[in-house]
Amino acid sequence: MKMSLRELKVCLLGDTGVGKSSIVCRFVEDSFDPNINPTIGASFMTKTVQYQNELHKFLIWDTAGQERFRALAPMYYRGSAAAIIVYDITKEESFLTLKNWVKELHQHGPSNIVVAIAGDKCDVSDAREVLEKDAKDYADSIHAIFVETSAKNAININEIFTEISQKIPLLERSETGVRGLKLRREQSDLTRERTCC
Amino acid sequence: MNEMETMDSPVITSLHQGDENEMQSENDLDSITEVEDLVTLPRIERGKERKLLDLPSEDNLNPNHLPVDIQKDDAVVFDASETVNTSEDNAHEDSGEFVVAMLARGTLEEQGVCTKRISSPLSETPLEASSHWDEDVTAESWRQHRKHVFVLSEAGKPIYSRYGSEEALSSTMGVMMALVSFIQSGDNVIRSVYSDEHTVVFMQQGPLVLVSVSSTHQSEQQLRNELLYVYNQIVSMLTQASITRIFEHKKNYDLRRLLAGSEKILDGLLNLVDFDPSFLLSAVHCLPIASSFRDSLSQILQKAITPNLVFSILIAKNQLLTIAQERMVIEDAKLDPADLHLLLNLIGASSAFQAGEIWTPICLPSFNPDCYFYAYISYLDPPECTVCLLLLSTDNEAFYAVAECKRKIEEAMQAQNALTSIAKAQSYSVSQVGVSDLRHFMYKPFDVPDNHHQLTQFTSPEMEAPYDSEEEKMRLLDLYRDVHGRIHNTARPLKLIYHVAARETLLAWVTTKFELYTCFSPLVTKSYAINAITKLLRWVKKEEDRLFIRYPPKYSTTPNASKS
Repeated sequence: MKMSLRELKVCLLGDTGVGKSSIVCRFVEDSFDPNINPTIGASFMTKTVQYQNELHKFLIWDTAGQERFRALAPMYYRGSAAAIIVYDITKEESFLTLKNWVKELHQHGPSNIVVAIAGDKCDVSDAREVLEKDAKDYADSIHAIFVETSAKNAININEIFTEISQKIPLLERSETGVRGLKLRREQSDLTRERTCC
Repeated sequence: MNEMETMDSPVITSLHQGDENEMQSENDLDSITEVEDLVTLPRIERGKERKLLDLPSEDNLNPNHLPVDIQKDDAVVFDASETVNTSEDNAHEDSGEFVVAMLARGTLEEQGVCTKRISSPLSETPLEASSHWDEDVTAESWRQHRKHVFVLSEAGKPIYSRYGSEEALSSTMGVMMALVSFIQSGDNVIRSVYSDEHTVVFMQQGPLVLVSVSSTHQSEQQLRNELLYVYNQIVSMLTQASITRIFEHKKNYDLRRLLAGSEKILDGLLNLVDFDPSFLLSAVHCLPIASSFRDSLSQILQKAITPNLVFSILIAKNQLLTIAQERMVIEDAKLDPADLHLLLNLIGASSAFQAGEIWTPICLPSFNPDCYFYAYISYLDPPECTVCLLLLSTDNEAFYAVAECKRKIEEAMQAQNALTSIAKAQSYSVSQVGVSDLRHFMYKPFDVPDNHHQLTQFTSPEMEAPYDSEEEKMRLLDLYRDVHGRIHNTARPLKLIYHVAARETLLAWVTTKFELYTCFSPLVTKSYAINAITKLLRWVKKEEDRLFIRYPPKYSTTPNASKS
């Protein structure tokens, strides 16, 4: 029996230069480029991971943080199952931008969207401007997933997506009626993907 | 406009006569053209300037007018500098003083202008901001860059600098704006300033002012074209309409907010402009492949269409493989090589990491400066990322439909094993032409069939020894630029140049059918070179199916292709 496949549209939002593309790059390709160029418009990528007895295919929209692309954001978060809003723990301003994104999502985003907050660049906590506790409190107040991440050192990157998988409403799971039957063909791939976390 | 010209003409006349006399007394044979280059005054065609020289207009010149105007201008200029000062939080404290000093110098300059050629102090203005740059560790290296490019707003706010941070340059840019408004207040436009070492070219485009400070000895026209590329790249990101709207709304707007993160795109553009002759020739370079193969690639593009798709472009190794266009759209307007250059630069500067598919609004300024297309960009050969597919749609919601086109294209190419063939394709060696002593050439035909409906193209072999190092490559390109500048000199255009230089001989030839630049070893004779060119032309004719896109494919998507 085939393992059920769920497509989850996820968009990344946040200020320019906070590390959205790096997070996606780490998640999808497990690589990191310190001199990555800024995204133009938005970049679309997919990655399938196993979550319990389902395959979750993440359709990831990595949006450009630059202000000139801001008006396009609704195109990407519309219909999204989850939004990962990224800020840079070394830039207070990026945390303020994050709050604006949360506001915008509440006003215009899908009502049941899962929000995850990622405080990136936790590898350079010497230059920290945003306290982890403050961010965590804020995330709790809006019922959002919260992690501090480092795309550079691969910290908590896969975990965000796993937490999103967990938090996604279980709508279709009952419909599939699949319990614990796994597809052998993809097993090796999946274990490899999972060991990299 | 006429009024302005008559008002200005006395000043100009006197300028030119003064210069001319001085130059001729120095027995400089090229004096006339050089003088025209020295003081290039705005809004007046060079042809007209020449006519003005003959007018007995000295009587009209009221010397008292000049100082009065300058007084008035001083005020205007000072305003501009103050704007800079107040608007920049971290502006240097002495920048106001600095500007005043510059103005004083500028004023002297203006007054002395009738007897003396405009000389270096004025032209070196941007570089003379030494009071600030001395503080900068990198100051000396900063000054020594071949070509600086600055973009600022009419309020004097820095928008972009090729080298150095815009903040640190805010006062320098203030001076630039001061110069612009100083001349402007005399109902005139500053175009260029020449010194022994530098050429400063000013260009105003709507609310933006672009300045090039170059020590490359390029012609003003070439530098102006480069500035236009920079402007158009900015327009490609924001559209002209929105730039205008923004500054109408708020004169003091800091456009860097919208361009943040896009500096690399402009940096990349300026590097390409220096190293890629496509920009000089305003033509597109195609990757040479068998015409049957090109046709099959074209057919693949033609078959993978979706409503509102207007251009399908296949690129390999930064050169064009093929381009298919929507039939209706071409009737409207054609894709300008300049627009394609901007697109290619954008692709180069974007972080298309392997599996990613990019979807971004992009404006093609030569096509329509006020509207966006939506570009789908994806590499077909990850992880090498040399073969790039670019699909342009007018529908911002079309991503998934367009991505589906990509999958069709990918499948069809796989079926034909096209990627392997593309990987093998490469630019050719000049030795294939079979003309000894011919080292390099650039050939741009005007007689390609259906030419006005397609991109202007050119062909050129690889740059091989002795032009294989970065410096030598640049030196050859500089020679080409020099010859190109002389051929296209608006005052004295030429058809043929035979130029014997120390290390090579160049022959450039422009006819109604083509434009050709050749580089030979230094010891060839003129008759040999002419003979060699005949052979070269014959070779190009024989190979043209391989070198150029002869009949660009078209397709019809929807009649209701609406431009958003």
